[in-house]
Amino acid sequence: MKHVLGAVRRSFQPWNDPGAKPFIEFRGVSKRFGSFAAVDGQTLTIYEREFFALLGPSGCGKTTLLRMLAGFEQPSEGTILLEGRDLAGVPPHKRPVNMMFQSYALFPHLTVENNIAFGLKQDRLPRAEIRDRVAEMLRLVRLEGFGKRKPDQLSGGQRQPVALARALAKRPKVLLLDEPLAALDKKLREETQFELINLQETLGLTFVIVTHDQEEAMTVADRIAVMNHGRIVQIATPAEIYEAPRTRYVADFIGSVNIFGGTVEPADGAAVALAGEDGFALRVANGAQRPPQGAPAWIAIRPEKVRISHEPPPDPARNAVAGEVWDIAYLGDMSIYNVRLASGKIVRASLLNAFRTVERPISWEDKVWLSWADDAGVLLAE
Amino acid sequence: MSMAETRTPLQRRIVTWIPYFWLLVFFLAPFLIVLKISLSETAIAMPPYRPVFDGLAGLWAKLAELSGANYEWIAGDPLYWHSYLSSLWIAAVSTLVTLLVGYPIAYGMARAPAAWRPALVMFVILPFWTSFLIRVYAWIGILKPEGLLNQFLLWTGLIDQPLFIMNTNTAVFIGIVYCYLPFMVLPLYATLEKLDPALLEAAADLGAGAIARFWQVTFPLSLPGVLAGSLLVFIPAVGEFVIPDLLGGSQTLMIGRTLWNEFFANRDWPVASAVAIVLLLVLVIPIVLFQNAQKRLGEER
Repeated sequence: MKHVLGAVRRSFQPWNDPGAKPFIEFRGVSKRFGSFAAVDGQTLTIYEREFFALLGPSGCGKTTLLRMLAGFEQPSEGTILLEGRDLAGVPPHKRPVNMMFQSYALFPHLTVENNIAFGLKQDRLPRAEIRDRVAEMLRLVRLEGFGKRKPDQLSGGQRQPVALARALAKRPKVLLLDEPLAALDKKLREETQFELINLQETLGLTFVIVTHDQEEAMTVADRIAVMNHGRIVQIATPAEIYEAPRTRYVADFIGSVNIFGGTVEPADGAAVALAGEDGFALRVANGAQRPPQGAPAWIAIRPEKVRISHEPPPDPARNAVAGEVWDIAYLGDMSIYNVRLASGKIVRASLLNAFRTVERPISWEDKVWLSWADDAGVLLAE
Repeated sequence: MSMAETRTPLQRRIVTWIPYFWLLVFFLAPFLIVLKISLSETAIAMPPYRPVFDGLAGLWAKLAELSGANYEWIAGDPLYWHSYLSSLWIAAVSTLVTLLVGYPIAYGMARAPAAWRPALVMFVILPFWTSFLIRVYAWIGILKPEGLLNQFLLWTGLIDQPLFIMNTNTAVFIGIVYCYLPFMVLPLYATLEKLDPALLEAAADLGAGAIARFWQVTFPLSLPGVLAGSLLVFIPAVGEFVIPDLLGGSQTLMIGRTLWNEFFANRDWPVASAVAIVLLLVLVIPIVLFQNAQKRLGEER
């Protein structure tokens, strides 16, 4: 079953299909609070059955975007469409979307069962159907036997699935998740992320998640929109966001990265050469944009793509720079080396600890070489 | 090191004993005195009852003289029954009206912009800055046949004969609702203000319209405030004396007035004391039973 779903997943790329019908559309949507633009003229398309993440630091406008979709905020400009229908003027209680709140917002005076049944009762479904649907939901989130409890008799880890079950009970067209796992500890959070993915695949629903946790977004989402100051900076799959960030902001927000600044110089072949600010030249073969000669540009290189060695690299074609080991962090699965260049810049390299060795060959204050291939980094124009 | 750690066990015990000491001196002792008087018999003397405990001499013989005759007297006279029932009825109706008037006020305050709320709370407690008695007297000026209310209604042409509200039960209801409104509004406001707005959003998100949101979320979650406010109004209203005496008519029967008559007009301290003790039991026993039931409910959960 899993494998089948996995195969379906691999071919699921409606955003690359020009014929695909948009499911949710934000068209030039702005939200202003006084003179402050929480969301600034953004356009965004989400497809059916997609797991879409809005990622950014607090105050970047991601929650406002979600709340406009739920109907709690009205856009100052622009339109929001669901299946081609304009949502303007549709109050929250008439929208076919349900939200799981960051605080869970469970009704403290109702039992778990009645919390889950709340939405079904608003629709005046027959009693027997409500009972069956509640039982089904409790089974789905594996909380059978907790139905008669009140929220204050549950642990934080048990409240989260109740909130999820309540939001799913009405079988919404879209499930909105506002920082759904922020209150859980790290281990439970990671397990729950995988449960969310399974749930979304089994139910075949569209999920939109808001999070500030880049690992969470990378784990669960088909596509991520990285936001900053009310604007979407980049929309792409997790792998594209990581390997081909469009700006320094995205590169820096997702994972850890080394960024070198410089000026574009004439170069041979496919690579772009950069006269680096740190006194050495760099070459890079990747990057969506190609800034003109003389323009400022940056190169972003992930630490795991930087090779660290005592000897200069044998291949003269590689980018190489000398430095001194400044700091070592041993994380178990890998070690992180902070290397100080002659210019004073700290460059980070990481090394997978594939073997159980007690002695690490590279130690503090060692003179080392850092090197990487032309296609290891990515060129950024902004 | 915090203050708590520097305190000796003795100091801590003194701190916890202060409230008990207060209750002992200002509540339990007077209560025992009233209880004792209620078991005595009237006498033309000073004080107007016997026996008088004035030392340990003959204490045993004096204790033997105490009897429940006053309680038998109260139980046998329908006047007292009527007074109690009428008081409970007037207090219950007043409490209900106070709730109906107070709830929208508290709701509006809790929904007002946060910056306004302290000022609104101030307005609610502002009447306390004037004497209670003066405010009740002011209502006479409003409600009497040639008072402000009738003048206004006659001027608007809504009525052509003055309304006779003064010296009726209606005037007593108006007085009680007016005087006790802050005691209803403040606890209601406290619970409504604490209500998490995310709960209302969640209810809306799950398909509840404004009316469903109020009855299924806001109101059930404000019940502790409704209960606290209702008790704060109901209990003093049952024993209210000033309002029925000033605004009520001759047919307004309330236990506070009956008690006052026994005490000052008939100078029958023992019967007045017995009336007071019964009033206390009428109020305390249901509340204790209710709280016990609540506690048992809480333990079951």
